[in-house]
Amino acid sequence: MQHYHMNLTLKVWRQKNTQSKGSLETYQVKNISSEMSFLEMFDVLNEQLIVEGKEPIAFDHDCREGICGMCSMYINGQAHGPWQQNTTCQLHMRAFKDGDTIVVEPWRSKAFPVVKDLVVDRSSFDRIIQAGGYISVNTGNAVDANAIPIDKKDADHAFMAAACIGCGACVATCKNGSAMLFVGAKVSQLALLPQGEPERESRVLNMVAQMDKEGFGNCTNTYACEAECPKGISVANIARLNSEYIKAGLSNEEN
Amino acid sequence: MALNAKIPQGEMDKKWSDYKGHVKLVNPANKRKLEVIVVGTGLAGASAAASLGELGYKVKAFCFQDSPRRAHSIAAQGGINAAKNYQNDGDSVFRLFYDTVKGGDYRAREANVHRLAEVSTSIIDQCVAQGVPFAREYGGLLSNRSFGGTQVQRTFYAAGQTGQQLLLGAYSALERQVALGNVKMYSRHEMLDVVKIDGKARGIIARNLINGETERHFGHAVLLCSGGYGNVFYLSTNAMGSNVTAAWKAHKKGAFFGNPCFTQIHPTCIPVSGDHQSKLTLMSESLRNDGRIWVPKQKGDNRKPQDIPEEERDYYLERRYPAFGNLVPRDVASRAAKERCDEGYGVGTTKMAVYLDYKDAIMRYGRIEAGKTGQDNADDKTIFSLGRSVVEEKYGNLFEMYEKITGENPYLTPMRIYPAVHYTMGGLWVDYELQTTVPGLYALGEANFSDHGANRLGASALMQGLADGYFVIPYTLGNYLADEIRTSSIATEHEAFVNAQKEVNDRLNRLINIKGNQTVESFHKRLGKIMWDKCGMARSAEGLKHAIAEIQALKKEFWSDVKIPGDINEFNPELDKAGRVADFIELGELMCLDALDRNESCGGHFREESQTEDGEAKRDDDNYAYVAAWENKGENGWQLHKEDLNFEIVKPTQRSYK
Repeated sequence: MQHYHMNLTLKVWRQKNTQSKGSLETYQVKNISSEMSFLEMFDVLNEQLIVEGKEPIAFDHDCREGICGMCSMYINGQAHGPWQQNTTCQLHMRAFKDGDTIVVEPWRSKAFPVVKDLVVDRSSFDRIIQAGGYISVNTGNAVDANAIPIDKKDADHAFMAAACIGCGACVATCKNGSAMLFVGAKVSQLALLPQGEPERESRVLNMVAQMDKEGFGNCTNTYACEAECPKGISVANIARLNSEYIKAGLSNEEN
Repeated sequence: MALNAKIPQGEMDKKWSDYKGHVKLVNPANKRKLEVIVVGTGLAGASAAASLGELGYKVKAFCFQDSPRRAHSIAAQGGINAAKNYQNDGDSVFRLFYDTVKGGDYRAREANVHRLAEVSTSIIDQCVAQGVPFAREYGGLLSNRSFGGTQVQRTFYAAGQTGQQLLLGAYSALERQVALGNVKMYSRHEMLDVVKIDGKARGIIARNLINGETERHFGHAVLLCSGGYGNVFYLSTNAMGSNVTAAWKAHKKGAFFGNPCFTQIHPTCIPVSGDHQSKLTLMSESLRNDGRIWVPKQKGDNRKPQDIPEEERDYYLERRYPAFGNLVPRDVASRAAKERCDEGYGVGTTKMAVYLDYKDAIMRYGRIEAGKTGQDNADDKTIFSLGRSVVEEKYGNLFEMYEKITGENPYLTPMRIYPAVHYTMGGLWVDYELQTTVPGLYALGEANFSDHGANRLGASALMQGLADGYFVIPYTLGNYLADEIRTSSIATEHEAFVNAQKEVNDRLNRLINIKGNQTVESFHKRLGKIMWDKCGMARSAEGLKHAIAEIQALKKEFWSDVKIPGDINEFNPELDKAGRVADFIELGELMCLDALDRNESCGGHFREESQTEDGEAKRDDDNYAYVAAWENKGENGWQLHKEDLNFEIVKPTQRSYK
């Protein structure tokens, strides 16, 4: 792989805090290596700003290996930037070329208020999990792990749904600000496993109710969420969420 | 102060059950009145907070990330060990205990390790019950794989995302307790001090990272589950935010620090590519199950790996360690890679890398698949494609990660790997009950020192974090809190809280007002370089003495010339980082001091002065079979206390994987 260096123009969203109004500011960075990650390019810019006596850009990041779900940049109109099935921290500068202009914004959604610059508040996701994204089994209550065999196909599908990193790209990219992919992934994981069966109905009803309360929008089947999801979570999980929701609603009426 | 590890009397395999049978209990009505603070929400913290909440204690949990689900346990890849013996290959609690003590190069406490092996099986049961989607076989039962340092298959896994799945399980249990009102969660909060009253830990000072304000929180007990300190090296596989601050504040308030120099350098990481590098990425040890590690036999061979014929390749692990081959423990594999590169056999542009090659594994799996489907005369291309699918199912996400970072396709060309700092076996000294030398202050998971000795075996960190949180602390904490039922909650107007908060605020003010010329990051990089060069994979008395002097000078320079932008009372990640780097600098000095004191080689700690004729680590059991527990003496440095290690069951021998 041929390595190269580039000069770039960055237009970055700056916003002091939740209350204040933000705007795009323009910065130049020079001599960026194609081997750097996108966030390492931001490190260079921030070091430059600090030395110049300016305030560095606040952005969320932690593991820098695509699994913690903390990084969250909207790059050139795409959540996590141009690469498919990829987080911002895994995006590398070889995706860009010398002279490019890159626009970087925070996740934008009513349910994710901006904290500062590119940092948003995603605690609404935690509250959705609190509403039912678990199996009620206290420590010590479990039977032997091999007591209940699970069809490998179901286990694999549950795993694929459980791979969600809770980053919120699905919400950020959705024109309705819908969290259906996030909620669908958790509901699917637990609905596919026998352990999730006892709370199957209350779980989906409670999680959807919380999702609505947080101000997330509805799903209109654009599939942008699947296209932008860094973990490739399938929209089939939204279909399963809908079916679980309808079934639970009907059986609830019977009661 | 004499160290008392409080190891229960009796036979090794009865200690834990006897302890549980006689431990003091707290009745449910009293549990409701007792408050527990948990700092950190990784596997240890989330499992502890959830389990204690279930028991009825009033829990407050803290994490610096925006959600407890993001703690760095999430990034663990390969798996979690448990002595289930589902594979019928001779595993048992005793074997797991034995392997862990031996793997730790006889520097762990036997009683703790035995308990760990005992509870390992319950962990898997608990996780499956929570809906953790472990890998399964076609019959619907759980699948296992091998890991380094063992000869049985006892590792449970969920592709290369086992840590993620286990943490999400613990996180969901935690969020359930939040919903029930048993746990109150404080995200984006960082613990900046322990509050002690009459010698006991009674709470913490935490800073709200959104608005910068410091807060006082009372607890009848405080649990530190704040992870390891690998980021003292700047470059490591840890998350950017992983830090020693909570443990370090506890240390300065009287908690001894155990074996600080015991660092795990993981053999299979993606090599450093340039000065811009901010972190290193691990390639799971599980890859050594099927991958073969080699370098060219000829020094400075610049041919492409595919052009180097089989007979000109040196599979040096298979050559040096025929019994374990590519599955030797991490410390051994790392040193062997360093040895080859130092001798000039390294590959890639920097020559500081070795190959991890999957070609043979792909072809081997391919032939099996071809056989299964009756394609007896399949050509190499077909076999390769069949084998590739098998490897993809096992390790797909790791291969993808490698390609994203390097731009190279590891199915077609061998991966380049090199050792990197990954885990710290050292940590706060704790007794059998996981209590530090400060009463009421506990340390769980990577934050304590107890179970892995001088080298941790793969897939054992997840096991220990969850063992401590789910199955140990719910018992041992009760033994302490049973005597606290008459202590009513202490108002945080108490002068101990007021004074601790003032100290924290003063330090923040001091930091932000230095207004020097050098960035926090530049200091962190310089500290990392000193540590990697002189307290990394090979250490010598001379180098360590130099390092101590350099770190002391760096500390002075930091406190007079660091430049921190912004204000205290706002969201200010640079200020957060400055506090952490200041603590890393002090820790770095202690690590070098500890490495200097330990004039032997053991596990990940390799003193150049102490090696066998063929370059293996040479332990000195007569003089160093102890845990080094360091007491902080403020401006006067540290005092060393020793906990002698007695091996009743696993008698120390020269560790051999040949």
